[in-house]
Amino acid sequence: MTLTLTNVTKTVAGETHLADVSTELHPGGFYILLGPTLAGKTSLMRLMAGLDRPTEGQIEMDGRDVTRVPVRKRNVAMVYQQFINYPSFTVYDNIASPLRRSGMRAEQVDTKVREAAETLKMSHLLDRLPGELSGGQQQRTALARAMVKDSEVLLLDEPLVNLDYKLREELRVELREIFARRSAIVVYATTEPEEALIMGGNTLVLHQGRVLQQGPTTDVFRHPASMQVGRSFSDPPMNYAAGDVRQDGNGNREAVLAGGIRLPLLGHLARLAPGRYHFGARASHLSVKRNREDDLSFKAAVTLSEISGSETFVHVDFGEDHDWVCQEEGVHRFELGQQIDVFVNPRDVYAFDTDGWLVASPVRDKTRQAAQ
Amino acid sequence: MDRWPDHKAWFLVLPVAVLVAFSAIIPLMTVVNYSLQDVLGGTYFFVGAEWFEQLLHSDALHGALQRQFIFSFTVLAIEMPLGVAIALALPRRGWQVSLCLVLVALPLLIPWNVVGTIWQIFGRSDIGLGGWTLNELGIAYNYTSNSVDAWLTIVVMEVWHWTPLVVLLAYAGLQAIPDAYYQAAKIDGASAWAVFRYIQLPKMRGVLTIALLLRFMDSFMIYTEPFVVTGGGPGNSTTFLSQYLTRLAVGQFDLGPAAAFSIIYFLIILVFCYVFYRALEGIGKGAP
Repeated sequence: MTLTLTNVTKTVAGETHLADVSTELHPGGFYILLGPTLAGKTSLMRLMAGLDRPTEGQIEMDGRDVTRVPVRKRNVAMVYQQFINYPSFTVYDNIASPLRRSGMRAEQVDTKVREAAETLKMSHLLDRLPGELSGGQQQRTALARAMVKDSEVLLLDEPLVNLDYKLREELRVELREIFARRSAIVVYATTEPEEALIMGGNTLVLHQGRVLQQGPTTDVFRHPASMQVGRSFSDPPMNYAAGDVRQDGNGNREAVLAGGIRLPLLGHLARLAPGRYHFGARASHLSVKRNREDDLSFKAAVTLSEISGSETFVHVDFGEDHDWVCQEEGVHRFELGQQIDVFVNPRDVYAFDTDGWLVASPVRDKTRQAAQ
Repeated sequence: MDRWPDHKAWFLVLPVAVLVAFSAIIPLMTVVNYSLQDVLGGTYFFVGAEWFEQLLHSDALHGALQRQFIFSFTVLAIEMPLGVAIALALPRRGWQVSLCLVLVALPLLIPWNVVGTIWQIFGRSDIGLGGWTLNELGIAYNYTSNSVDAWLTIVVMEVWHWTPLVVLLAYAGLQAIPDAYYQAAKIDGASAWAVFRYIQLPKMRGVLTIALLLRFMDSFMIYTEPFVVTGGGPGNSTTFLSQYLTRLAVGQFDLGPAAAFSIIYFLIILVFCYVFYRALEGIGKGAP
């Protein structure tokens, strides 16, 4: 069953929650809604579920208009950030509840419940009440309840966000495997670019109620259509600096960035015509040491250095209010205000036009990948 | 090596010990003391458990105790469902919320003897709006002479006065339920009854138990309002435990029996406190 949204807009009390969203979701597909809080992820899911009606636009399932069909007549299931289960039901009864409501025979319910519990590794917890379970187990119960239903659309609204790091990683991997076997449309909302990359599938980047870009997750990541997508789909957000591409008398071109940084136009940047651009580089492509021969280096002052796990995020300032973040493997110590050399390879730099649209993105070169 | 235990730490406990002694232990022991003695013209006689035996066989006490239980259970049976129903009917968001809550909570802000006075006047068949209207409608109503009417008045007054507390607690419980539960129920296609029975009620279990405890304790110790409205009458029909105790101690100045009664009353409350405390402890484990 294909779910089609055409020019969907949702306004609540004069406030636009979704603006002109069009997309098509296919059965068996895995779709990620990526965007910060208030981007409209939950609003979009509520429309897909039928909990809300769009102010404008149309929602179709297999060509049939379901815009005004209420939720109980659609075959959807949803899992939330909070762990939502019936408090007075055991895990077994919780998982069985949607099946029983549909009037399924008891033996069949039993088989299905045990199957779902098996998949989510909670067969030993069937007699417990939700209150007696850990957060991870409660969310597994909710997931099992949503999956057992064999719904056509399965909506997961940041289901792992309230779990601790370890559990999240574990469940993420399991979920990816479970979804791969299903024929339903699975929609998964997240605020974390990293999670989107791990889960794969297709990504819709949402920002302020608009779908900025959609497509296979890795494509969207590699070729952000606009500067905003670059910001949304990078953590920390992509670093930007404005610059001019100039051509000298010999026809040699180079870009001069803010702070007087001269950027050689290597690789994909070579075809940039003279003019003004915004150049962008991901934090992971910035380094405090030279990694390649043709790396560009510039001087900057350290404004903040934070260590996260085994990585160091160095915030640097190279004048004119340009604060960039540099992500470096390993634990490093820097003094505040210390002048350091920052390196970036021009081949990793994105170029956007003055309206913020992508002009040139790094080509993914197999041989170069291998050389790294 | 010599080791002398350091007893200096006891001095730190002393202020609390003195405070507790003066505020709780000494008054309580005075009562115990009275309950075991008879006073005659300034002379004290030790009478042992005589007062207790006399009380436990006293019809007046049995009557008061029975009325007390009937009263408490009647009031609870009305206030709990009514409170939950009102809480469910209140708006969940918007400016109306504070308005409704203030209106609902109004009876709680009125001093108890004023509540009694309000109903005492309201129910009078000569000048009270309620009592007069009933009589004009052809319903013979007089709480000073008819014990059923007296009971009705006291129960209605108690419900009017204290249901708001149940409403407030139940409402707080309802507000604490995340919206996602209702969405999930909608997606599951659950009926309004199913939402109440399987989501709202279990989620309110904690606050409702607390409401039940508070209301039971308070109604079990009710004194002021019946004292003002009916003074325990007509006859003994609305004489509850506190009224009886006061009559014994202040009215008849039977200090020995009154002290013995105080202890029995206190023990009853203590037992219920313990039972409820255990019940409360269990709540944390059952529901999330």
